[in-house]
Amino acid sequence: GSLSERCLMDMRLGELPMWLATCDFSPQGLLGGVQKAWSSYYNKYINVKRGGPAGISMLLAGYCLLSYGWNYQHISKISFLVSI
Amino acid sequence: VLHTTRPLHTSQQCSAPLPPLPEKGGEVRHGLIPEEFFQFLYPKTGVTGPYMLGTGLLLYLLSKEIYVINHETVAAACILTVIIYAVKKFGGDVAAFADKLNEEKIATALAVKNEAIKDLESAIEQEKKEQWRVEGRSYLFDAKRNNIAMLLETNYRERLMTVYNEVKKRLDYQVAMQNLRRQKEQEHMIQWVEKSVVQSITPQQQKESIAKCILDLKALSKSAQAAV
Repeated sequence: GSLSERCLMDMRLGELPMWLATCDFSPQGLLGGVQKAWSSYYNKYINVKRGGPAGISMLLAGYCLLSYGWNYQHISKISFLVSI
Repeated sequence: VLHTTRPLHTSQQCSAPLPPLPEKGGEVRHGLIPEEFFQFLYPKTGVTGPYMLGTGLLLYLLSKEIYVINHETVAAACILTVIIYAVKKFGGDVAAFADKLNEEKIATALAVKNEAIKDLESAIEQEKKEQWRVEGRSYLFDAKRNNIAMLLETNYRERLMTVYNEVKKRLDYQVAMQNLRRQKEQEHMIQWVEKSVVQSITPQQQKESIAKCILDLKALSKSAQAAV
């Protein structure tokens, strides 16, 4: 309905559960969502005439954070910290 | 099988070419955080809000050891320094180079388009010229007709000349024949007359004429002697 047509940024906090209900969580839906997110990011920051370092640097920062999050268990172990 | 009942071309047609690429990307502060974040926090916290948030978050992560300082921190710091220095120093040059490449691509495409337009315009001019030439058709055919008439006339006159020459030759032949015949008749007659005259002089007459001539000569010589 009208909820899914408005993007997430225009939501109020109280309407969030309703928006999540209208969301499409099937594999195709998720894939479509990922595709839409990537294409909007790409068209905003990378596919421009005179871009800057912002486009890929945000991707790299996100990758750093993600990899830190995945390896947090291993990094925080005392044996790892002592061996530095 | 083409379903003829299915309507075609029902979606929205956009007749314009692709919209041009935006000039600049979305605004990003410090190369990492989009400007929307700062705008999002501005009404509530003013200008320093996001920075306070960032500092507080950083201290929280460090103190609670959610972010552990290890050898990778040092490595990350060095790498970041080098990257930021490189970007600040060489960013402009790389951007200018990329812009130049883009310009060249656009220039070649534009050149192709202009070339095509020029060719088409010259083709149009050629067409117009051909159309103008078509109007001169009648003059062309008049000239050709004149040429042919001239040829016919020349041929006719040549043949007339030939006829005249041939007829004259035959007539000359007849005239020459007649002249020859008359001449031969004359000669023959003269000869015959001479012969008959000579034959008619009998020896008797010859002797008498010779004696007469001698007497005349003597008389003449006498008169001549007398005169001297």
